Amino acid sequence: MIQPRDGVARIARLGPPLTVAILAGPILAGLAGTILPAFGYLPALGGARLTTDAFATLFAMPGIARSATLSLTTGLVSSGISLLLVMLFVAGWAGTRSFSRVQSMISPLLSVPHAAAAFGFAFLIAPSGLLARLVSPGLTGWTRPPDLLVLNDPAGLALIAGLVVKEVPFLLLVTLAALPQIRLTETRALAAALGYGRIAGFLYLAWPAIYRQIRLAVFAVVAFAASVVDVAIILGPNIPATLAVRLVGWMNDQNLSMRFVAAAGALLQLVVVLTALGLWIVVERAFARLREALCARGTRLRRDAGLRHASLGLMTLSGGIVLAGLVALGLWSVAGLWPFPQPLPSTFMLQPWMETLPRVAGPLATTLAAATLSTLIAILLTLLCLLRERDTGRTGGRKALAFIYLPLIVPQVAFLFGLQFLFLSVGFVASFSGLVLAHLIFVLPYVFLSLSDPWRAFDRRYEAVAAGLGKRRWRTLLAIRLPMLARPILTAAAVGFAVSVGQYLPTLLIGAGRLPTITTEAVALASGGARRTIGIYAFLQMLLPAIGFAIAIALPALLFRHRRAMQS
Amino acid sequence: MNRLFAAATCLAALSVLPAVAADPDPKNWDAVIEAARGQTVYFNAWGGSPNINSYIEWTAGELEKRYSVELVHVKLDDTANAVATVVAEKAAGRDDDGTIDLIWINGENFASMKEQSLLFAPGWAEDLPNWRFVDFETQTTIRTDFTVPVEGLESPWGMTKLVFFHDEANTPTDTLPQSADELLQWARQHPGRFSYPQPPDFIGSSFVKQVLSEKVADRAVLLDPVDEASFDAVAAPVFEYLDELHPLMWRQGRAYPQNYPAMKQLLADNEVDIIFAFNPAEASSAIANGELPDTVRSFTFPGGTLANTHFVSIPYNSSAKEAALVTADFLISPEAQARKQDPTVWGDPTVLAMNKLDADDRARFDALDLGIATLAPDELGPALDEPHPSWMDRIEDEWRRRYGVAN
Repeated sequence: MIQPRDGVARIARLGPPLTVAILAGPILAGLAGTILPAFGYLPALGGARLTTDAFATLFAMPGIARSATLSLTTGLVSSGISLLLVMLFVAGWAGTRSFSRVQSMISPLLSVPHAAAAFGFAFLIAPSGLLARLVSPGLTGWTRPPDLLVLNDPAGLALIAGLVVKEVPFLLLVTLAALPQIRLTETRALAAALGYGRIAGFLYLAWPAIYRQIRLAVFAVVAFAASVVDVAIILGPNIPATLAVRLVGWMNDQNLSMRFVAAAGALLQLVVVLTALGLWIVVERAFARLREALCARGTRLRRDAGLRHASLGLMTLSGGIVLAGLVALGLWSVAGLWPFPQPLPSTFMLQPWMETLPRVAGPLATTLAAATLSTLIAILLTLLCLLRERDTGRTGGRKALAFIYLPLIVPQVAFLFGLQFLFLSVGFVASFSGLVLAHLIFVLPYVFLSLSDPWRAFDRRYEAVAAGLGKRRWRTLLAIRLPMLARPILTAAAVGFAVSVGQYLPTLLIGAGRLPTITTEAVALASGGARRTIGIYAFLQMLLPAIGFAIAIALPALLFRHRRAMQS
Repeated sequence: MNRLFAAATCLAALSVLPAVAADPDPKNWDAVIEAARGQTVYFNAWGGSPNINSYIEWTAGELEKRYSVELVHVKLDDTANAVATVVAEKAAGRDDDGTIDLIWINGENFASMKEQSLLFAPGWAEDLPNWRFVDFETQTTIRTDFTVPVEGLESPWGMTKLVFFHDEANTPTDTLPQSADELLQWARQHPGRFSYPQPPDFIGSSFVKQVLSEKVADRAVLLDPVDEASFDAVAAPVFEYLDELHPLMWRQGRAYPQNYPAMKQLLADNEVDIIFAFNPAEASSAIANGELPDTVRSFTFPGGTLANTHFVSIPYNSSAKEAALVTADFLISPEAQARKQDPTVWGDPTVLAMNKLDADDRARFDALDLGIATLAPDELGPALDEPHPSWMDRIEDEWRRRYGVAN
């Protein structure tokens, strides 16, 4: 392809090499820090030759196969249910008023930290939880909580439910970002005119295009769900726990030789994630076949009201669960003593808030600065790479950049030891720039993920028209493409911002504890398990991303208030 | 691939240089105080308890006022993270400007750091000026941390003892078990009302060690490292005990609280009747915080429960050793220790000997109201020594093997 010789292209050319230059070192060091110890090589701990002992120990761990299977099944099932729910809901309701209502209820939940959502959910459904309290002892006769295994059940059902309610907002958000690329109204009219039900019409005509755009984000959800730690600790099975939870346990073992096993376990976790993705692709194909078959048979699913209302009900329920959990945590943050079966605390106190607030200014500022900087850099690099990609054709740049997705699928806990080692060697630890770089490694893939597909799906005929009118590329970019993509860009920024705010281990290790953020404070306090403190910090941890998402939603509406076609 | 190789060589180049910076000598205390002025101490300590965090904040204020030392509390969720940091720093050759100056530590973490020579020169702890008040003669755990000789590598900070709590409103005092065997008997009568944190949680493993100490035929074997040949026979009574206890526990032993705070929440939610902690004042301070009802009381086993000491230690590569020494010394000053023992502050028992204090300092301790749910020191019962750290490892492995996977 001929290289356009203009300023945009020249600057964009820097994109991929710059990205690679900034991230290659950390990512490769992180990988080396996982792979080498897994094969016994970590001189600092006395491992000087390559062996497979760590794997032998790993596979001799009791219940290791079950842990790995649990990670796989809970990851796949929760992602499957979440996507199915979002798909049916969007298919049945996109463009309606109910849709906007549910959307405005669920979107803000994206900023709820996973651990807080899980804690809230746990407190709702536990035998001594809020739901049981509301009906006890009146309906149940329980004056003390029944001894029922609702949480931490061996099959991981509570974990799956907890993951679903937290994944639904993310999937809904990325689907919404993709939605403007299809012509919803026309599609709906066409399908209806041919006598198709809303869901069938949407699935046949619009869903393939949407799914193509959100596919990577879905992969990220699968990978995340199969390797999640905090939610699995709170809701998941105990005997045995999921692989990722046990991995963190080995990493934190006082017996430092367990780090070799942890590294081997990290590779096993990687295999689990890859297997999950492989199985997911199989299910994808099966689903596509099914859809094609139904479509070819002319199945119109005209009477889909039941299904539609079920999807609306389940979406509302899923949002409602997170909201109710948050309300419960909010109550806990001001609760004095709150014994079972009282539905409300018997005393209230503001003291924990008063004690906490003066202490959070510093961490809040660090969080804000690190998140803003890493997100800005990530957006800039992503835009440059995407511009460059368009100049060079799709494949070249993409392959080179595939590795930036590695931090999404390699378990963080193992990845970081190598990273910390590299940063220490170059004296980067405990510096603010080191922290921003460490965050960037995890922010960039999410920003890339959220932005690249809407970017690629942009209708280039707009630019052709602009070029036809004699506008230069700079002007076309600034006046046409960026404004039209403002929504996905801001959404990607909000996602990146939230990812940065949520970083715990990288902040702790690379910041050496000297750059505390709201999340490191929250996790340290949450290890003390007091629901009250968790309630306060969950609120604070939620605050910054919530502001980010609010801006992502409000700013385009404000910018385009005079342009009706841009307001959807 | 080249980069991978470079990283590998990087990892390989790990020759450890001896610390070259002149190490401070606590015997020359004035020089230490002088050098400490203006230094910043990064104190890596578990940050899970708001009242402990507040106490550390108070310490920071005092150190600033008295010695112009800045104390920064690096809040950890697990002390092993700090150990890992020092390991990584040593690996990267960062031998004199480490990021950690003081660690809150004991037991396995201490044994592991001592074994790998990650700690500052031996002997400093017993050269601190306030060491003269420390009760090392009667409290044997001050010089022997989980059977590992301390050798002045860490300075005592507080005492711990395994104490049980119950809610008088639900569990009458006269029905309480007085030993591990009676606890099993009690569980038979009250199925589903007792649990313990899942090992390898520290508190959970400690419960298993308590059972081990009570059930073992000869307690002396626990002071030596585990002997593999006899382990099965020695530990058999423990696992017979747990085999019987687990089906009688909360959720029939199919789920466990993750740690002490989670277990405390179970008592507050009335999901269990008996819990235990390592701090005798824990129940009183939980009542004061509104976390437990004011009908909660403490009890221990007349035959004795596990006791140990927790310490602060200085990594070999700390960049502010003088200020770290000043901090460690201040932490064992009568004033700081008395404040720490106040249950409205923290309630952690002192490491000082009352008979070594002058009248004014003793009065600080006498004035303390230990709280309604705290047993007086003479009601705490005999102290059982912690087994050698290798027992904890071995018991945890065995626990995982036997109970870590449900059928």
